[in-house]
Amino acid sequence: MSKLLQLHDFGAPGATSFDELRKSAASSGCSSKGGAGKTGCGSAAGPSDLPPEIWEKVKNHPCYSEQAHHHFARMHVAVAPACNIQCNYCNRKYDCANESRPGVVSEKLTPEQAARKVVAVASTIPQMTVLGIAGPGDALANPAKTFKTFELVTETAPDIKLCLSTNGLMLPDYVEQIAAMKVDHVTITINMIDPEVGAKIYPWIFYNHRRYTGVEASKILSERQLLGLEMLVARGILVKVNSVMIPGINDQHLIEVNKAVKSRGAFLHNIMPLISEAEHGTAFGLAGQRGPTAQELKTLQDACEGEMNMMRHCRQCRADAVGLLGEDRSAEFTTEKVMAMDVEYDLAARQAYQAKVEAERDAIAVAKQRELEKLEGETATIKIQVAIATKGGGVINEHFGHAHEFQIYEVSTAGAKFVGHRRVDLYCEGGYASETGIDPILQALNDCTAVLVAKIGMCPKDSLAGAGIEAVETYAFEYIEQSVIAYFKDYLERVGKSEIRHVARGDATIRQGAFTEA
Amino acid sequence: MAYKIVASQCTGCSACEPQCPNVAIFEKAGTFAIDPSKCSECTGHYDEPQCVAVCPVDGTCVIDNSVPRYQAA
Ligand code: SF4
Ligand code: SF4
Ligand code: SF4
Repeated sequence: MSKLLQLHDFGAPGATSFDELRKSAASSGCSSKGGAGKTGCGSAAGPSDLPPEIWEKVKNHPCYSEQAHHHFARMHVAVAPACNIQCNYCNRKYDCANESRPGVVSEKLTPEQAARKVVAVASTIPQMTVLGIAGPGDALANPAKTFKTFELVTETAPDIKLCLSTNGLMLPDYVEQIAAMKVDHVTITINMIDPEVGAKIYPWIFYNHRRYTGVEASKILSERQLLGLEMLVARGILVKVNSVMIPGINDQHLIEVNKAVKSRGAFLHNIMPLISEAEHGTAFGLAGQRGPTAQELKTLQDACEGEMNMMRHCRQCRADAVGLLGEDRSAEFTTEKVMAMDVEYDLAARQAYQAKVEAERDAIAVAKQRELEKLEGETATIKIQVAIATKGGGVINEHFGHAHEFQIYEVSTAGAKFVGHRRVDLYCEGGYASETGIDPILQALNDCTAVLVAKIGMCPKDSLAGAGIEAVETYAFEYIEQSVIAYFKDYLERVGKSEIRHVARGDATIRQGAFTEA
Repeated sequence: MAYKIVASQCTGCSACEPQCPNVAIFEKAGTFAIDPSKCSECTGHYDEPQCVAVCPVDGTCVIDNSVPRYQAA
Protein backbone atom coordinates (compact mmCIF):
# COMPACT_ATOMS: atom_id res chain seq x y z
CA MET A 1 0.00 0.00 0.00
CA SER A 2 2.82 2.37 0.80
CA LYS A 3 3.69 2.60 -2.88
CA LEU A 4 0.25 3.79 -3.86
CA LEU A 5 0.35 6.47 -1.21
CA GLN A 6 3.73 7.48 -2.43
CA LEU A 7 2.52 7.89 -5.94
CA HIS A 8 -0.28 10.11 -4.80
CA ASP A 9 2.26 12.01 -2.75
CA PHE A 10 4.28 12.92 -5.73
CA GLY A 11 1.18 13.66 -7.70
CA ALA A 12 0.07 16.24 -5.19
CA PRO A 13 2.91 18.73 -5.17
CA GLY A 14 3.33 18.34 -8.91
CA ALA A 15 -0.40 18.69 -9.60
CA THR A 16 -0.58 22.41 -10.19
CA SER A 17 2.56 22.69 -12.21
CA PHE A 18 1.53 19.58 -14.09
CA ASP A 19 -1.80 21.07 -15.22
CA GLU A 20 -0.22 24.39 -16.09
CA LEU A 21 2.41 22.65 -18.10
CA ARG A 22 -0.14 20.64 -20.00
CA LYS A 23 -1.95 23.86 -20.81
CA SER A 24 1.09 25.79 -21.86
CA ALA A 25 2.29 22.85 -23.86
CA ALA A 26 -1.01 22.66 -25.71
CA SER A 27 -1.09 26.41 -26.33
CA SER A 28 2.33 26.43 -27.88
CA GLY A 29 1.16 23.80 -30.30
CA CYS A 30 3.32 21.14 -28.79
CA SER A 31 1.07 18.31 -27.82
CA SER A 32 2.22 16.50 -24.78
CA LYS A 33 0.26 13.48 -25.80
CA GLY A 34 0.76 12.16 -29.28
CA GLY A 35 -0.50 8.94 -30.73
CA ALA A 36 0.82 5.61 -29.62
CA GLY A 37 4.52 5.89 -29.09
CA LYS A 38 4.65 9.57 -29.86
CA THR A 39 5.57 11.86 -27.08
CA GLY A 40 5.19 15.58 -26.88
CA CYS A 41 7.94 17.82 -28.17
CA GLY A 42 9.74 15.05 -29.96
CA SER A 43 13.13 14.28 -28.60
CA ALA A 44 12.46 15.82 -25.23
CA ALA A 45 10.24 12.97 -24.17
CA GLY A 46 11.56 10.06 -26.13
CA PRO A 47 15.22 9.25 -26.49
CA SER A 48 16.12 10.73 -29.85
CA ASP A 49 18.60 7.97 -30.47
CA LEU A 50 16.07 5.15 -30.48
CA PRO A 51 13.94 4.26 -33.49
CA PRO A 52 10.22 4.80 -32.71
CA GLU A 53 9.26 1.12 -32.91
CA ILE A 54 11.91 0.25 -30.33
CA TRP A 55 10.96 3.16 -28.09
CA GLU A 56 7.38 1.94 -28.16
CA LYS A 57 8.53 -1.44 -26.90
CA VAL A 58 10.79 -0.18 -24.16
CA LYS A 59 9.15 2.98 -22.90
CA ASN A 60 7.33 1.25 -20.05
CA HIS A 61 10.15 -1.06 -19.20
CA PRO A 62 11.92 0.06 -16.03
CA CYS A 63 15.11 -1.79 -16.88
CA TYR A 64 15.43 -0.43 -20.40
CA SER A 65 14.33 3.14 -20.17
CA GLU A 66 15.78 5.55 -17.67
CA GLN A 67 12.56 7.49 -17.61
CA ALA A 68 10.36 4.46 -17.24
CA HIS A 69 12.19 3.24 -14.20
CA HIS A 70 10.79 6.17 -12.25
CA HIS A 71 7.24 5.19 -13.06
CA PHE A 72 6.98 1.52 -13.80
CA ALA A 73 7.86 -1.49 -11.75
CA ARG A 74 9.19 -4.89 -12.59
CA MET A 75 9.43 -8.16 -10.79
CA HIS A 76 11.68 -11.15 -11.03
CA VAL A 77 10.71 -14.66 -10.09
CA ALA A 78 13.31 -17.27 -9.23
CA VAL A 79 12.13 -20.53 -10.76
CA ALA A 80 15.24 -21.93 -12.35
CA PRO A 81 18.33 -21.87 -10.18
CA ALA A 82 20.36 -24.30 -12.29
CA CYS A 83 23.26 -22.98 -14.31
CA ASN A 84 25.55 -24.48 -16.91
CA ILE A 85 28.60 -22.27 -16.67
CA GLN A 86 30.73 -20.98 -13.83
CA CYS A 87 31.64 -17.32 -13.56
CA ASN A 88 34.41 -16.12 -11.28
CA TYR A 89 32.14 -13.36 -9.98
CA CYS A 90 29.40 -15.72 -8.94
CA ASN A 91 29.16 -17.95 -5.92
CA ARG A 92 26.11 -20.11 -6.26
CA LYS A 93 26.45 -21.29 -2.73
CA TYR A 94 24.59 -18.09 -1.97
CA ASP A 95 23.12 -16.58 -5.06
CA CYS A 96 24.09 -15.31 -8.47
CA ALA A 97 26.30 -12.27 -7.98
CA ASN A 98 25.60 -11.01 -11.45
CA GLU A 99 21.88 -10.65 -11.66
CA SER A 100 21.06 -10.65 -8.03
CA ARG A 101 22.30 -9.75 -4.63
CA PRO A 102 24.98 -12.06 -3.35
CA GLY A 103 24.61 -13.51 0.08
CA VAL A 104 20.86 -13.66 -0.01
CA VAL A 105 19.27 -16.90 -1.05
CA SER A 106 16.26 -16.12 -3.17
CA GLU A 107 13.04 -17.92 -2.63
CA LYS A 108 12.75 -20.64 -5.21
CA LEU A 109 9.30 -21.08 -6.70
CA THR A 110 7.50 -23.65 -8.78
CA PRO A 111 6.08 -22.24 -12.04
CA GLU A 112 2.59 -22.37 -10.50
CA GLN A 113 3.66 -20.46 -7.41
CA ALA A 114 5.53 -17.98 -9.55
CA ALA A 115 2.50 -17.32 -11.75
CA ARG A 116 0.32 -16.74 -8.72
CA LYS A 117 2.87 -14.36 -7.30
CA VAL A 118 2.94 -12.37 -10.54
CA VAL A 119 -0.82 -11.92 -10.51
CA ALA A 120 -0.80 -10.97 -6.83
CA VAL A 121 1.89 -8.36 -7.37
CA ALA A 122 0.29 -6.96 -10.52
CA SER A 123 -3.03 -6.59 -8.70
CA THR A 124 -1.37 -4.73 -5.83
CA ILE A 125 1.08 -2.64 -7.85
CA PRO A 126 -0.63 -1.35 -11.01
CA GLN A 127 2.64 0.06 -12.37
CA MET A 128 4.13 -3.45 -12.53
CA THR A 129 4.60 -3.97 -16.26
CA VAL A 130 7.44 -6.43 -16.61
CA LEU A 131 8.12 -9.96 -15.45
CA GLY A 132 11.68 -11.17 -15.74
CA ILE A 133 13.29 -14.50 -15.13
CA ALA A 134 16.87 -13.72 -14.36
CA GLY A 135 18.30 -16.41 -12.22
CA PRO A 136 19.84 -17.19 -9.86
CA GLY A 137 21.38 -19.46 -12.42
CA ASP A 138 20.48 -19.43 -16.07
CA ALA A 139 16.90 -19.19 -17.33
CA LEU A 140 17.78 -21.57 -20.17
CA ALA A 141 19.63 -24.17 -18.12
CA ASN A 142 16.22 -25.29 -16.93
CA PRO A 143 14.04 -24.13 -19.84
CA ALA A 144 10.97 -26.18 -18.93
CA LYS A 145 10.41 -24.20 -15.73
CA THR A 146 11.06 -20.85 -17.36
CA PHE A 147 8.67 -21.42 -20.25
CA LYS A 148 5.99 -22.98 -18.09
CA THR A 149 6.00 -19.87 -15.90
CA PHE A 150 5.67 -17.59 -18.92
CA GLU A 151 2.82 -19.67 -20.27
CA LEU A 152 0.86 -19.52 -17.02
CA VAL A 153 1.37 -15.77 -16.67
CA THR A 154 0.29 -15.07 -20.23
CA GLU A 155 -3.01 -16.87 -19.55
CA THR A 156 -4.03 -14.67 -16.61
CA ALA A 157 -2.12 -11.45 -17.15
CA PRO A 158 -1.74 -10.91 -20.88
CA ASP A 159 -0.61 -7.30 -20.57
CA ILE A 160 2.58 -8.13 -18.71
CA LYS A 161 5.74 -8.04 -20.77
CA LEU A 162 8.02 -11.01 -20.45
CA CYS A 163 11.76 -10.96 -20.40
CA LEU A 164 14.51 -13.35 -19.57
CA SER A 165 18.20 -13.17 -18.84
CA THR A 166 20.66 -15.76 -19.97
CA ASN A 167 24.36 -16.42 -20.22
CA GLY A 168 23.64 -17.35 -23.83
CA LEU A 169 25.17 -20.81 -23.88
CA MET A 170 21.90 -22.57 -24.71
CA LEU A 171 20.28 -19.59 -26.40
CA PRO A 172 20.49 -20.72 -30.06
CA ASP A 173 18.52 -23.87 -29.16
CA TYR A 174 15.63 -21.90 -27.66
CA VAL A 175 15.22 -18.87 -29.89
CA GLU A 176 12.20 -20.43 -31.61
CA GLN A 177 10.49 -21.08 -28.31
CA ILE A 178 11.32 -17.60 -27.02
CA ALA A 179 9.73 -16.10 -30.12
CA ALA A 180 6.68 -18.36 -29.83
CA MET A 181 6.15 -17.29 -26.21
CA LYS A 182 6.18 -13.65 -27.29
CA VAL A 183 9.06 -12.82 -24.99
CA ASP A 184 9.91 -9.34 -26.15
CA HIS A 185 13.19 -8.69 -24.39
CA VAL A 186 16.15 -10.91 -23.77
CA THR A 187 19.24 -9.96 -21.82
CA ILE A 188 22.46 -11.78 -22.61
CA THR A 189 25.41 -11.39 -20.28
CA ILE A 190 28.44 -11.00 -22.55
CA ASN A 191 31.71 -10.20 -20.82
CA MET A 192 34.10 -10.94 -23.66
CA ILE A 193 34.44 -11.85 -27.31
CA ASP A 194 38.08 -12.89 -26.94
CA PRO A 195 38.38 -16.39 -25.43
CA GLU A 196 41.74 -15.46 -23.90
CA VAL A 197 39.95 -12.81 -21.84
CA GLY A 198 37.09 -15.24 -21.23
CA ALA A 199 39.43 -17.81 -19.72
CA LYS A 200 40.11 -15.37 -16.90
CA ILE A 201 36.39 -14.96 -16.22
CA TYR A 202 34.95 -18.44 -16.79
CA PRO A 203 36.69 -21.46 -15.28
CA TRP A 204 34.36 -23.88 -17.06
CA ILE A 205 31.17 -24.45 -19.02
CA PHE A 206 28.97 -27.55 -19.30
CA TYR A 207 28.02 -28.13 -22.90
CA ASN A 208 27.18 -31.18 -25.02
CA HIS A 209 27.36 -33.44 -21.99
CA ARG A 210 30.83 -32.49 -20.94
CA ARG A 211 32.75 -29.93 -19.01
CA TYR A 212 34.99 -27.65 -21.04
CA THR A 213 37.64 -25.48 -19.42
CA GLY A 214 40.03 -22.68 -20.31
CA VAL A 215 40.13 -20.95 -23.67
CA GLU A 216 38.17 -23.76 -25.31
CA ALA A 217 35.24 -23.16 -22.94
CA SER A 218 35.16 -19.43 -23.58
CA LYS A 219 35.42 -19.93 -27.31
CA ILE A 220 32.28 -22.08 -27.33
CA LEU A 221 30.48 -19.70 -24.99
CA SER A 222 31.31 -16.63 -27.05
CA GLU A 223 30.28 -18.25 -30.34
CA ARG A 224 26.96 -19.38 -28.86
CA GLN A 225 26.28 -15.97 -27.32
CA LEU A 226 26.86 -14.07 -30.55
CA LEU A 227 24.90 -16.61 -32.60
CA GLY A 228 21.99 -16.37 -30.15
CA LEU A 229 22.10 -12.58 -30.33
CA GLU A 230 21.96 -12.63 -34.13
CA MET A 231 19.10 -15.12 -34.17
CA LEU A 232 17.01 -13.06 -31.73
CA VAL A 233 17.60 -9.84 -33.64
CA ALA A 234 16.60 -11.60 -36.86
CA ARG A 235 13.24 -12.38 -35.24
CA GLY A 236 12.69 -8.83 -34.05
CA ILE A 237 13.24 -9.60 -30.37
CA LEU A 238 14.96 -6.84 -28.44
CA VAL A 239 18.29 -7.79 -27.01
CA LYS A 240 20.07 -6.02 -24.20
CA VAL A 241 23.62 -6.99 -23.40
CA ASN A 242 24.88 -6.95 -19.83
CA SER A 243 28.60 -6.83 -19.16
CA VAL A 244 30.37 -6.93 -15.86
CA MET A 245 33.29 -4.50 -15.77
CA ILE A 246 36.30 -6.23 -14.21
CA PRO A 247 39.26 -3.84 -13.91
CA GLY A 248 42.45 -5.26 -15.38
CA ILE A 249 40.62 -8.17 -17.03
CA ASN A 250 37.97 -6.96 -19.43
CA ASP A 251 37.70 -3.20 -18.85
CA GLN A 252 39.42 -2.13 -22.07
CA HIS A 253 38.13 -5.16 -23.94
CA LEU A 254 34.51 -4.14 -23.27
CA ILE A 255 34.89 -1.44 -25.92
CA GLU A 256 35.44 -4.27 -28.44
CA VAL A 257 32.50 -6.17 -26.96
CA ASN A 258 30.39 -3.05 -27.33
CA LYS A 259 31.24 -2.80 -31.05
CA ALA A 260 30.62 -6.49 -31.62
CA VAL A 261 27.19 -6.55 -30.00
CA LYS A 262 26.12 -3.30 -31.56
CA SER A 263 27.01 -4.49 -35.04
CA ARG A 264 24.89 -7.58 -34.41
CA GLY A 265 21.86 -5.52 -33.45
CA ALA A 266 21.77 -5.35 -29.65
CA PHE A 267 19.84 -2.22 -28.77
CA LEU A 268 21.20 -1.49 -25.32
CA HIS A 269 24.44 -2.18 -23.51
CA ASN A 270 24.51 -2.25 -19.74
CA ILE A 271 28.00 -2.19 -18.25
CA MET A 272 27.78 -3.03 -14.58
CA PRO A 273 30.48 -2.76 -11.95
CA LEU A 274 31.90 -6.01 -10.58
CA ILE A 275 30.67 -6.80 -7.10
CA SER A 276 33.51 -8.63 -5.42
CA GLU A 277 33.60 -8.35 -1.68
CA ALA A 278 35.61 -11.19 -0.18
CA GLU A 279 32.74 -12.20 2.08
CA HIS A 280 30.62 -13.17 -0.92
CA GLY A 281 33.05 -16.02 -1.43
CA THR A 282 33.34 -15.64 -5.20
CA ALA A 283 36.59 -16.56 -6.92
CA PHE A 284 37.20 -12.90 -7.71
CA GLY A 285 36.27 -11.85 -4.21
CA LEU A 286 38.69 -14.31 -2.64
CA ALA A 287 41.46 -13.35 -5.06
CA GLY A 288 41.13 -9.70 -4.10
CA GLN A 289 39.95 -8.63 -7.56
CA ARG A 290 38.60 -5.10 -7.11
CA GLY A 291 35.58 -3.51 -8.71
CA PRO A 292 35.73 -0.23 -10.66
CA THR A 293 35.38 3.22 -9.12
CA ALA A 294 32.47 5.42 -10.12
CA GLN A 295 34.52 7.46 -12.56
CA GLU A 296 36.21 4.40 -14.10
CA LEU A 297 32.76 2.98 -14.78
CA LYS A 298 31.48 6.26 -16.17
CA THR A 299 34.56 6.74 -18.38
CA LEU A 300 34.05 3.31 -19.92
CA GLN A 301 30.32 3.91 -20.39
CA ASP A 302 31.09 7.28 -21.99
CA ALA A 303 33.65 5.66 -24.31
CA CYS A 304 31.03 3.19 -25.50
CA GLU A 305 28.26 5.72 -25.77
CA GLY A 306 29.18 6.93 -29.22
CA GLU A 307 28.63 3.38 -30.34
CA MET A 308 25.20 2.74 -28.91
CA ASN A 309 22.80 3.36 -26.09
CA MET A 310 24.23 2.82 -22.69
CA MET A 311 22.16 1.81 -19.76
CA ARG A 312 23.23 3.42 -16.53
CA HIS A 313 20.42 2.85 -14.11
CA CYS A 314 20.80 -0.88 -13.52
CA ARG A 315 20.75 -1.72 -9.85
CA GLN A 316 21.82 -5.33 -10.24
CA CYS A 317 18.68 -6.32 -8.43
CA ARG A 318 18.30 -9.68 -6.83
CA ALA A 319 16.57 -12.48 -8.69
CA ASP A 320 13.31 -12.13 -6.80
CA ALA A 321 13.11 -8.35 -6.69
CA VAL A 322 9.68 -6.75 -6.75
CA GLY A 323 8.80 -3.11 -7.32
CA LEU A 324 10.35 0.00 -8.74
CA LEU A 325 14.09 -0.07 -9.31
CA GLY A 326 15.93 0.89 -6.17
CA GLU A 327 13.05 -0.27 -4.08
CA ASP A 328 12.49 -3.83 -3.05
CA ARG A 329 9.07 -4.95 -1.96
CA SER A 330 9.74 -8.66 -2.22
CA ALA A 331 9.17 -9.10 1.52
CA GLU A 332 5.49 -8.28 0.99
CA PHE A 333 5.15 -11.11 -1.49
CA THR A 334 6.63 -14.21 0.08
CA THR A 335 5.10 -17.48 -1.06
CA GLU A 336 3.21 -17.75 2.19
CA LYS A 337 1.66 -14.29 1.86
CA VAL A 338 0.90 -14.70 -1.83
CA MET A 339 -0.88 -17.99 -1.28
CA ALA A 340 -3.06 -16.35 1.39
CA MET A 341 -3.87 -13.29 -0.75
CA ASP A 342 -7.18 -12.69 -2.42
CA VAL A 343 -6.25 -11.64 -5.90
CA GLU A 344 -8.36 -10.30 -8.66
CA TYR A 345 -6.78 -9.28 -11.92
CA ASP A 346 -8.25 -5.96 -13.01
CA LEU A 347 -6.79 -5.21 -16.42
CA ALA A 348 -8.85 -2.03 -16.99
CA ALA A 349 -7.76 -0.47 -13.71
CA ARG A 350 -4.14 -1.23 -14.49
CA GLN A 351 -4.41 0.38 -17.90
CA ALA A 352 -6.12 3.49 -16.54
CA TYR A 353 -3.42 3.87 -13.95
CA GLN A 354 -0.66 3.47 -16.51
CA ALA A 355 -2.23 6.08 -18.76
CA LYS A 356 -2.15 8.56 -15.90
CA VAL A 357 1.51 7.86 -15.29
CA GLU A 358 2.19 8.32 -18.97
CA ALA A 359 0.63 11.78 -18.89
CA GLU A 360 2.79 12.73 -15.95
CA ARG A 361 5.88 11.60 -17.82
CA ASP A 362 5.00 13.75 -20.77
CA ALA A 363 4.63 16.75 -18.48
CA ILE A 364 8.08 16.10 -17.04
CA ALA A 365 9.57 16.06 -20.50
CA VAL A 366 7.90 19.31 -21.44
CA ALA A 367 9.12 20.97 -18.23
CA LYS A 368 12.66 19.86 -18.97
CA GLN A 369 12.48 21.23 -22.49
CA ARG A 370 11.27 24.64 -21.26
CA GLU A 371 14.06 24.88 -18.73
CA LEU A 372 16.60 23.89 -21.34
CA GLU A 373 15.47 26.70 -23.61
CA LYS A 374 16.53 29.14 -20.89
CA LEU A 375 20.10 27.95 -21.32
CA GLU A 376 20.19 28.99 -24.94
CA GLY A 377 23.06 31.28 -25.72
CA GLU A 378 25.11 30.04 -22.78
CA THR A 379 28.59 29.18 -23.92
CA ALA A 380 30.26 27.98 -20.71
CA THR A 381 32.17 24.75 -21.13
CA ILE A 382 31.63 23.81 -17.50
CA LYS A 383 30.23 20.36 -16.82
CA ILE A 384 29.15 19.31 -13.34
CA GLN A 385 27.51 16.35 -11.67
CA VAL A 386 24.54 16.78 -9.40
CA ALA A 387 23.11 14.17 -7.02
CA ILE A 388 19.36 13.82 -6.46
CA ALA A 389 17.41 12.40 -3.54
CA THR A 390 14.26 10.85 -4.95
CA LYS A 391 11.87 8.02 -4.27
CA GLY A 392 10.70 7.96 -7.86
CA GLY A 393 8.16 9.72 -10.02
CA GLY A 394 10.81 11.92 -11.60
CA VAL A 395 10.53 14.31 -8.64
CA ILE A 396 12.99 15.47 -5.94
CA ASN A 397 10.97 14.09 -3.07
CA GLU A 398 13.32 12.40 -0.63
CA HIS A 399 14.79 13.65 2.64
CA PHE A 400 18.61 13.49 2.57
CA GLY A 401 18.67 11.33 5.67
CA HIS A 402 16.15 8.85 4.28
CA ALA A 403 17.85 8.29 0.95
CA HIS A 404 18.98 4.75 0.16
CA GLU A 405 20.54 5.98 -3.03
CA PHE A 406 21.21 9.13 -4.97
CA GLN A 407 20.72 9.54 -8.68
CA ILE A 408 23.53 11.27 -10.49
CA TYR A 409 23.00 13.68 -13.37
CA GLU A 410 25.68 15.27 -15.47
CA VAL A 411 24.73 18.74 -16.63
CA SER A 412 26.24 21.16 -19.12
CA THR A 413 24.82 23.72 -21.52
CA ALA A 414 23.84 20.72 -23.65
CA GLY A 415 21.36 19.62 -20.98
CA ALA A 416 21.01 17.16 -18.15
CA LYS A 417 21.92 13.53 -18.55
CA PHE A 418 21.36 10.69 -16.13
CA VAL A 419 24.72 9.00 -15.56
CA GLY A 420 24.14 6.61 -12.71
CA HIS A 421 23.08 6.03 -9.17
CA ARG A 422 24.95 5.62 -5.91
CA ARG A 423 23.66 3.45 -3.17
CA VAL A 424 24.35 4.56 0.35
CA ASP A 425 23.59 3.25 3.77
CA LEU A 426 20.93 5.23 5.51
CA TYR A 427 22.42 8.28 7.10
CA CYS A 428 19.64 8.80 9.54
CA GLU A 429 17.82 5.83 10.93
CA GLY A 430 14.79 6.63 13.04
CA GLY A 431 15.85 10.21 13.54
CA TYR A 432 19.39 9.41 14.69
CA ALA A 433 22.43 9.80 12.54
CA SER A 434 23.96 6.38 11.88
CA GLU A 435 27.10 5.18 13.57
CA THR A 436 29.19 5.11 10.44
CA GLY A 437 28.30 8.79 10.03
CA ILE A 438 28.28 10.74 6.86
CA ASP A 439 31.70 9.78 5.50
CA PRO A 440 30.57 6.94 3.21
CA ILE A 441 27.96 9.27 1.71
CA LEU A 442 30.57 11.95 1.12
CA GLN A 443 32.70 9.35 -0.65
CA ALA A 444 29.78 8.19 -2.77
CA LEU A 445 28.98 11.77 -3.82
CA ASN A 446 32.54 13.03 -4.03
CA ASP A 447 32.32 13.65 -7.78
CA CYS A 448 29.21 15.84 -7.40
CA THR A 449 29.00 19.60 -7.04
CA ALA A 450 25.61 19.62 -5.36
CA VAL A 451 22.92 17.37 -3.97
CA LEU A 452 19.29 18.37 -4.49
CA VAL A 453 16.99 17.14 -1.75
CA ALA A 454 13.46 17.59 -0.42
CA LYS A 455 14.89 18.39 2.99
CA ILE A 456 18.17 18.19 4.90
CA GLY A 457 19.29 18.86 8.48
CA MET A 458 21.91 21.45 9.45
CA CYS A 459 24.55 18.91 10.47
CA PRO A 460 24.78 16.91 7.24
CA LYS A 461 24.46 20.15 5.30
CA ASP A 462 27.58 21.49 7.00
CA SER A 463 29.48 18.25 6.47
CA LEU A 464 28.60 18.31 2.78
CA ALA A 465 29.66 21.95 2.54
CA GLY A 466 32.95 21.01 4.20
CA ALA A 467 33.51 18.47 1.44
CA GLY A 468 32.66 21.07 -1.19
CA ILE A 469 29.21 19.71 -1.98
CA GLU A 470 26.32 22.15 -1.89
CA ALA A 471 23.06 20.83 -0.38
CA VAL A 472 20.06 22.45 -2.05
CA GLU A 473 16.46 22.39 -0.83
CA THR A 474 15.18 25.04 -3.26
CA TYR A 475 13.87 22.46 -5.71
CA ALA A 476 11.98 20.29 -3.24
CA PHE A 477 9.11 18.41 -4.95
CA GLU A 478 10.02 19.78 -8.37
CA TYR A 479 10.77 17.63 -11.41
CA ILE A 480 14.34 16.33 -11.42
CA GLU A 481 15.69 17.21 -14.84
CA GLN A 482 14.09 20.62 -14.91
CA SER A 483 15.61 21.34 -11.49
CA VAL A 484 19.05 20.08 -12.43
CA ILE A 485 19.11 22.46 -15.39
CA ALA A 486 17.77 25.33 -13.29
CA TYR A 487 20.42 24.69 -10.65
CA PHE A 488 23.10 24.64 -13.32
CA LYS A 489 21.91 27.95 -14.73
CA ASP A 490 22.06 29.47 -11.26
CA TYR A 491 25.50 27.93 -10.74
CA LEU A 492 26.81 29.46 -13.95
CA GLU A 493 25.45 32.84 -12.91
CA ARG A 494 27.14 32.67 -9.54
CA VAL A 495 30.41 31.61 -11.16
CA GLY A 496 29.99 34.50 -13.60
CA LYS A 497 29.52 36.96 -10.75
CA SER A 498 32.49 35.40 -8.94
CA GLU A 499 30.27 34.50 -5.99
CA ILE A 500 31.60 30.98 -6.21
CA ARG A 501 34.56 29.42 -7.94
CA HIS A 502 34.08 26.42 -10.20
CA VAL A 503 36.30 23.53 -9.15
CA ALA A 504 36.60 20.17 -10.83
CA ARG A 505 35.47 17.34 -8.54
CA GLY A 506 37.33 14.08 -7.93
CA ASP A 507 36.29 10.45 -8.12
CA ALA A 508 33.70 8.64 -6.04
CA THR A 509 33.36 5.14 -4.66
CA ILE A 510 30.69 2.68 -5.68
CA ARG A 511 29.23 1.04 -2.63
CA GLN A 512 29.95 -2.65 -2.69
CA GLY A 513 27.21 -5.15 -2.22
CA ALA A 514 23.79 -4.92 -3.67
CA PHE A 515 20.93 -2.67 -2.82
CA THR A 516 19.34 -3.47 0.49
CA GLU A 517 16.25 -1.84 1.81
CA ALA A 518 17.36 -0.45 5.19
CA MET B 1 29.86 -48.22 -7.24
CA ALA B 2 27.66 -45.32 -7.85
CA TYR B 3 27.89 -41.61 -7.36
CA LYS B 4 26.50 -39.88 -4.31
CA ILE B 5 25.89 -36.27 -3.41
CA VAL B 6 27.47 -34.79 -0.30
CA ALA B 7 24.36 -33.14 1.08
CA SER B 8 26.23 -30.62 3.23
CA GLN B 9 27.86 -29.21 0.08
CA CYS B 10 24.91 -29.30 -2.29
CA THR B 11 23.42 -25.85 -3.00
CA GLY B 12 20.17 -27.33 -4.23
CA CYS B 13 20.62 -25.59 -7.56
CA SER B 14 19.08 -28.56 -9.43
CA ALA B 15 21.54 -28.34 -12.33
CA CYS B 16 22.37 -32.05 -12.06
CA GLU B 17 18.81 -33.32 -11.97
CA PRO B 18 17.84 -32.96 -15.65
CA GLN B 19 21.29 -34.08 -16.85
CA CYS B 20 21.22 -37.59 -15.42
CA PRO B 21 20.52 -40.11 -18.21
CA ASN B 22 19.02 -42.55 -15.70
CA VAL B 23 16.78 -40.16 -13.76
CA ALA B 24 18.68 -41.22 -10.64
CA ILE B 25 18.80 -37.75 -9.09
CA PHE B 26 15.97 -36.46 -6.93
CA GLU B 27 15.27 -33.61 -4.54
CA LYS B 28 15.50 -34.37 -0.87
CA ALA B 29 14.86 -31.74 1.78
CA GLY B 30 16.13 -28.79 -0.25
CA THR B 31 19.22 -30.55 -1.58
CA PHE B 32 19.63 -33.34 -4.09
CA ALA B 33 20.46 -37.02 -3.78
CA ILE B 34 21.26 -39.98 -6.03
CA ASP B 35 19.45 -43.30 -6.02
CA PRO B 36 22.41 -45.74 -6.12
CA SER B 37 20.34 -48.47 -7.69
CA LYS B 38 19.72 -46.27 -10.73
CA CYS B 39 23.14 -44.64 -11.12
CA SER B 40 25.24 -46.18 -13.90
CA GLU B 41 28.09 -43.70 -13.53
CA CYS B 42 26.89 -42.60 -16.94
CA THR B 43 28.59 -45.65 -18.46
CA GLY B 44 27.50 -46.16 -22.03
CA HIS B 45 25.92 -42.72 -22.16
CA TYR B 46 28.64 -40.13 -21.75
CA ASP B 47 32.37 -39.86 -21.20
CA GLU B 48 31.94 -37.92 -18.00
CA PRO B 49 29.53 -38.44 -15.14
CA GLN B 50 27.01 -35.69 -15.88
CA CYS B 51 26.30 -34.78 -12.28
CA VAL B 52 30.01 -34.21 -11.64
CA ALA B 53 30.49 -32.20 -14.82
CA VAL B 54 27.62 -29.79 -14.21
CA CYS B 55 27.84 -29.37 -10.44
CA PRO B 56 29.14 -25.90 -9.48
CA VAL B 57 30.59 -27.11 -6.21
CA ASP B 58 33.64 -29.32 -6.72
CA GLY B 59 33.74 -32.45 -4.60
CA THR B 60 29.98 -32.62 -4.15
CA CYS B 61 29.15 -35.48 -6.53
CA VAL B 62 31.59 -38.23 -5.53
CA ILE B 63 32.03 -41.98 -5.87
CA ASP B 64 30.26 -43.90 -3.14
CA ASN B 65 32.53 -46.84 -2.31
CA SER B 66 29.98 -48.43 -0.03
CA VAL B 67 27.87 -49.36 -3.01
CA PRO B 68 28.80 -52.38 -5.16
CA ARG B 69 30.16 -51.72 -8.61
CA TYR B 70 27.69 -51.01 -11.34
CA GLN B 71 26.98 -54.29 -13.19
CA ALA B 72 27.35 -53.33 -16.81
CA ALA B 73 30.66 -51.55 -16.27
S1 SF4 C 1 19.09 -6.45 -12.54
FE1 SF4 C 1 17.55 -4.90 -12.11
S2 SF4 C 1 18.08 -3.12 -13.30
FE2 SF4 C 1 19.30 -4.84 -14.04
S3 SF4 C 1 18.12 -5.62 -15.72
FE3 SF4 C 1 17.43 -6.73 -13.95
S4 SF4 C 1 15.74 -5.59 -13.08
FE4 SF4 C 1 16.73 -4.31 -14.57
S1 SF4 D 1 26.94 -40.46 -12.54
FE1 SF4 D 1 25.52 -40.23 -14.25
S2 SF4 D 1 24.02 -41.84 -13.86
FE2 SF4 D 1 25.06 -41.49 -11.92
S3 SF4 D 1 23.82 -40.00 -10.88
FE3 SF4 D 1 25.44 -38.89 -11.96
S4 SF4 D 1 24.47 -38.33 -13.86
FE4 SF4 D 1 23.19 -39.93 -13.00
S1 SF4 E 1 24.44 -29.69 -9.29
FE1 SF4 E 1 25.57 -30.00 -7.38
S2 SF4 E 1 24.92 -28.31 -6.09
FE2 SF4 E 1 23.45 -28.40 -7.77
S3 SF4 E 1 21.79 -29.68 -6.97
FE3 SF4 E 1 23.19 -31.05 -8.03
S4 SF4 E 1 24.60 -31.77 -6.46
FE4 SF4 E 1 23.55 -30.00 -5.62
